[in-house]
Amino acid sequence: MIHVELLRLARRPRTWMILTMLCGLPILVAVFVAVSNLVPAPGQGPAFLSAVLSDGSLYPAAGLALVLPVFLPVSVAVLSGDGVAGEAATGMLRYLLVRPVRRTRLLVAKLIGTMSFVLVAVILVAITSYITGVLAFGSSRTPPVSSTPSSGAISSAVTGTSVGTVSTSLSGTPLPAGQLILRVAYGIGYISVSMLGVAAIALFLSTFTDSALGAALGALAALVTSEVLATLDAAGGVRPYLPTNYWLAWIDLFRQPILWHNVQRGLAIQAVYALVFLGAAWANFSTKDVTG
Amino acid sequence: MITTRQVTKRFGRVLAVDGVDLDVRAGDRYGLLGPNGSGKTTLLRMLLGLVFATSGEIEVDGCPVPRRVAQVLPRIGALIEGPAAYGYLSGRANLALLDAAGPGGGRRTRRARVDEALERVGLAGVDRRPVRAYSLGMRQRLGLAGALLRRPDLLILDEPTNGLDPRGIREIRDLLIELNGQGTTVLLSSHLLGEVDALCTRIGVLDRGRMVIQDELAVLRAPTGRVVLHTPDAERAVALLDGTLLHRDGDRLLIRDEDPARLNARLVAAGLRVAELVRERRSLEDLVVEATRPGSDRVDLPRGGGGADTNGSAPPAAPSTAAPSAPAPSEPTEEPAP
Repeated sequence: MIHVELLRLARRPRTWMILTMLCGLPILVAVFVAVSNLVPAPGQGPAFLSAVLSDGSLYPAAGLALVLPVFLPVSVAVLSGDGVAGEAATGMLRYLLVRPVRRTRLLVAKLIGTMSFVLVAVILVAITSYITGVLAFGSSRTPPVSSTPSSGAISSAVTGTSVGTVSTSLSGTPLPAGQLILRVAYGIGYISVSMLGVAAIALFLSTFTDSALGAALGALAALVTSEVLATLDAAGGVRPYLPTNYWLAWIDLFRQPILWHNVQRGLAIQAVYALVFLGAAWANFSTKDVTG
Repeated sequence: MITTRQVTKRFGRVLAVDGVDLDVRAGDRYGLLGPNGSGKTTLLRMLLGLVFATSGEIEVDGCPVPRRVAQVLPRIGALIEGPAAYGYLSGRANLALLDAAGPGGGRRTRRARVDEALERVGLAGVDRRPVRAYSLGMRQRLGLAGALLRRPDLLILDEPTNGLDPRGIREIRDLLIELNGQGTTVLLSSHLLGEVDALCTRIGVLDRGRMVIQDELAVLRAPTGRVVLHTPDAERAVALLDGTLLHRDGDRLLIRDEDPARLNARLVAAGLRVAELVRERRSLEDLVVEATRPGSDRVDLPRGGGGADTNGSAPPAAPSTAAPSAPAPSEPTEEPAP
């Protein structure tokens, strides 16, 4: 069932439309920045964006920072919310179940499908952003215009962001190219895992309704609630347990040395959300009358 | 093949299926009849483990359902409440995905299986158009192809000829009879009586969740022991047949008689002209209408004793022997006398 789900996603035009839009956003931003030469001041706006003018090869990080907060979770909610509800709405759910596909396996296949989509999306965004960045802003590596090595630029870019609590001693520490690639890979992995919670919530809601839209909206409502609570001092007690709380921890992966603490907390939180909601989805779905 | 004991399904306050003992034997072509909302689809869904019974037992091909339904499902082909497919894929791709989704069957033989199923339902030459461009009839055929994909021993088909034209209906009927001849048991639900009449060997009639008739069609449709006579000499016939005459309607007489040949000889010997003489048989329509009340899609105002409920106030317990309330069959199902 898992490979069938992956095949189905790959052959569905909508999947490619979402991927195109995800990759298109950083390209659009790059065009505006390149034409106007205006970037947010360090510490404001999306992470890394302030640094891309000096080094276009940083643009993958900026691109990921652009799609992470809204666009990526929205597509995950839509896709995962479609999981069971979409099959029920088209009637394929009953034909899959009598084929027979075990209900547990169907749920797992749906979650794996969504997570595979996220991984592909994040990788594609990183690649297209890199190409866009180098084309639009040039890479500081090739022409020796700037004396700052690109890895140093990364560190300074990090210090420039609002999250920047990086000690100044790290600024400018050079990173070998191998380390940079490794950290981008870590970042891709971490961002993908960050979507696990949203995917599990949407899939859980998806087992309750025949409306894919309803399930997606429910998951988005959970996300918005989480983001609102995160800014509320009165809700400080629950903040560490919010699914969105550690989303930006991937920026820590670009510090020297890597600050693992928040990354580990983030991974643990996502694992808990995935387990709880997948379990709840299973509990509901495995005893549910399929009448759709 | 399929046995249920006192199967009941309750959706909230609605009792959809109420203590049904379904008995489908191997080799049957079983027709499940009943008005809209009488529980046909719910019963079929329970047999497939899609809906869980509130109480009662289900056994399909020796396996208790839903406990071990996964064991028996690979041997069942099903079409439930209309066909379904991914609209953005072609029919062939849809079948291949469905085939790959479950157990059994190798990847190498998949193409052959899909081609064979498509050919069986008359879609052999189907192109790469996505299913969303298919007509209703093509979708129905594709749904049937999906049911036939695994060469099942048991076919469970809910309204299999929906959306097909008369020629298509006949094609599918011939296909089902052919498959049945090769050993496939067929269980289908329908509210098209003519279709069931032409295809099925056994029928069950559901009414508001209860099984009100279940028997061999040949037994149910056995001659009633009465004869319908059309004669221009009706007056003289009445005089001659005094005592056995049950009803007269102009030239048409209803006579109690087991032997139309002897009756005919007697009439002719008396010099009467016989225009038509047939054994009375009960039509499936009479059987079903007598045994059931109006479907759930008819909503009458609540009025004491009036309207919808008069029809079925006394469903006959043994309809094969009960006298029909209608004076004679309305369908041309009468068998000419020898």
